Amino acid sequence: MKTLLLAGAAALLPLATLAQSAGDDPLKVGFIYVGPVGDGGWTYEHDQGRLALEEALGDGVETTFVESVPEGADAERVIQQMALTGHDLIFTTSFGFMDATANVAEQFPDVTFEHATGYKRADNVGTYSARFYEGRAVIGHIAGHMTETGKIGYIASYPIPEVIRGINAAYLAASEVNPDVEFSVVWLYTWFDPAQEADAARALIEQGVDVIMQHTDSTAPMTAAEEAGIVAFGQASDMAAAGPTAQLTAIIDDWAPYYIRRAEEVRDGTWTSEDTWEGIAEGMVELAPFSDRIPEEVRASAQALADGIAAGEVHPFTGPIARQDGTPWLAEGETADDETLAGMNFYVEGIEGDIPD
Amino acid sequence: MPVIDLNWTAFLASVLVVSTPFLLAALGELVVERAGVLNLGVEGMMITGAAAGIVVAIETGSPWAGFLCAALGGLGLGLVFALLTQGLQSNQVATGLGLTLFGLGFSALLAQGYVGVPAPTIGGPDLGPLRDVPILGPALFARDWVVYLGLLAALGVWLYLFRTRSGLILRAVGEGHDAAHALGYRVRATRVAAIAFGGAMAGLAGGYLTLVRVPSWTDGMTAGAGWIALAIVVFGGWRPGRVLLGAWLFGGAQALQLRLQAAQVPVPVELLSMSPYLITIAVLVAISVRRRAGGAAPACLGQPFRAGA
Repeated sequence: MKTLLLAGAAALLPLATLAQSAGDDPLKVGFIYVGPVGDGGWTYEHDQGRLALEEALGDGVETTFVESVPEGADAERVIQQMALTGHDLIFTTSFGFMDATANVAEQFPDVTFEHATGYKRADNVGTYSARFYEGRAVIGHIAGHMTETGKIGYIASYPIPEVIRGINAAYLAASEVNPDVEFSVVWLYTWFDPAQEADAARALIEQGVDVIMQHTDSTAPMTAAEEAGIVAFGQASDMAAAGPTAQLTAIIDDWAPYYIRRAEEVRDGTWTSEDTWEGIAEGMVELAPFSDRIPEEVRASAQALADGIAAGEVHPFTGPIARQDGTPWLAEGETADDETLAGMNFYVEGIEGDIPD
Repeated sequence: MPVIDLNWTAFLASVLVVSTPFLLAALGELVVERAGVLNLGVEGMMITGAAAGIVVAIETGSPWAGFLCAALGGLGLGLVFALLTQGLQSNQVATGLGLTLFGLGFSALLAQGYVGVPAPTIGGPDLGPLRDVPILGPALFARDWVVYLGLLAALGVWLYLFRTRSGLILRAVGEGHDAAHALGYRVRATRVAAIAFGGAMAGLAGGYLTLVRVPSWTDGMTAGAGWIALAIVVFGGWRPGRVLLGAWLFGGAQALQLRLQAAQVPVPVELLSMSPYLITIAVLVAISVRRRAGGAAPACLGQPFRAGA
C-alpha cells in the first residue's frame, strides 16, 4: 500500500524521475538548511561543506539544497519532496528537523538520511554533530580574561541541550580564570533574525556587558559589538568581515570532510547508521585566528587549552562541578559522559537565571 | 519581587528604533489597503529595499543615497505588483505571496558579496536643549532622522486620508470601486499610485533595517517583519494613529522582553514575544463583533476591479 502511494506520488513528478532513469547516475545528495546560505554563519558553513563535496567527487555527485526551511511540519514536506526526486542521501542540518527527518525516513527505507545535532537514529538515519562545547570552552577562557566589567552577554537561540551545553562550557572556562564573572543570557527563540539578534546585543551592552557570545546564526551581534566598540566571538563561521576589530576569534564548523566521507560510503554501499560527534581533534571544530587584541599570554594559554582538548588531556567538563541548585554533579577529577552532555538540561553552579521551558 | 534594574532611557530609545521599520511599512500598507488592495508582498518589497539600500550606501558611501534607492527598490517591486494585479487582473493574494518569495531571492542575488559588511549610517537632527531633558531627552530627541520621518509620515498619512480631497477619493475607491468609477474617479490610477507609495514605504523600512538597525546585510534578514507590518495595519483598524500605537506596541514588546532578559528579570519569554500577536487576534475578534464602519476593513479590500463589470 505504502509503495503504491509512493509510486503515485512519484508519477506526479515525471520530469524529476525521468532524469534519474539513465544508467550510471551520479550520486544525488540533498541538503535542507534552516537559514539562507548567505547567513555568514551556521548555514553558510554547511553550504561550504556541500561545495567541498561537489569539488571532491566531481561528476560522481550531484547536489541540491533548499534554504530557509522552517522547522516543523513544513520541513517534512520539503524533505519528502527531496526523497521523491531521486536523492540517495539527504542531510537535514538543524535540530528542529529531527522528527520530520525520522518520519520521512520511515517512508523511504532506500534513501539515506543524516540529521545534524539530533539523537533519533534508524537503519537509514545517522546523526552527526560537532563538539562545539570544546570551542566554547576556549572562547570562555579568553572571555574571562578579556572582560573588564566582569559581565559577559550570551545570545542564545532555543533552550535545547546543545545550546545549554555551550553556555555551561563557556561559563566554566570563564569562571576558572575569573571567578567573579557573570553571564547574562538572552533567549531569542529563533536561529536567525538579524534585527532581533542585533537588538539583543544592544540590550546586553546597555546592561554593562563588554564581551558578547552568540549561539544564533547571523553576523548581526558581531556588527553590534563592532559598533559599540566591545569584543565578541564569531559563531559557526569566521565573522571577521562583520567585526574586523570586535572579533577575538570564532568557532568554525568544518563539515566538509564528514560530508565527503559519508557520501563516499553511500556510493560504495558501506554506509551504516552511526552517531558521530567530533571536535577539535578531528577538525570538525576549528578556531579562527586569535585577534591581536588578546594579550599574548592569553593567546598562548587559550591555544594550550585547545591543544589539550584536542589531545584528550583536558575535558571542558571536569569535576568538581555542581548543578545550579547546588547538588553535586561531577566529583573531583571526574569528567562528563557523552550521554549526560547530549541531554544536558541544567545550568552549572554560578550561572544566574532560569532556563525557559 | 526583584527590583527591575532597567536602563529606561535606552529602553525608550530602542522602542523608537525597533518600531520604525514596522511603522513605515505599515503606513504604506495602510494606504494600499485603504485604496482596496491587499498587498501581501510587503515582506518582499521590504527586503528588496533593504538590499538595494545597503548596496548603494556602501558603493556611494552615502546612507541617504542608500535610503533613496531602498525606497526606489520597494517602489519598483510595487509597480510590478500594480502591473500584475491592476493591469493584468491577477489574483492579489497569490501575486503578493509570489512577490514576497521573489523579493527574498532577488535581494539575496542583489546583495551577494555584501554579507556582513558594515554600512555607513546616518545621524540625527540636533534638537539642542531638548536632548538634555532627563531620561526622556536622550531617548526621544537624540534619534536618527528616519525615526522622526516615520512619525511625520504617520501624521502626513492621516492628514492626507482624512483632510484632503484626494484622500477622500482614495478611501472611496477602497470602499466602493464601482460607485467611485460611476462618479468618474479613476479607480485603477488611484490604486496604482497607492501601491507605489506602499512599495516605497516598505522599501524604506527595509533600508532602515540594513542601514540603521542591524546595520549590515544578511540574506533573508527581514525575517518576517513585513508580516508583522501587515498585522499592525489590521491591529490599527486601518487608522494611522492606531497603526502608530500598534508599531510601538509590537516594537515595545520586543525591546522589553530582550531587556528584561538581559537584566536577568525572570519573565516568561515565550509569553512576552507572542503577546502582540495575541492582542492582534483579540482586536480582530473585537472588530468582527462590532462591525462598525470606523473599525472594519475597507469594503472592497482585495477585490479586483473591472470597469463596466
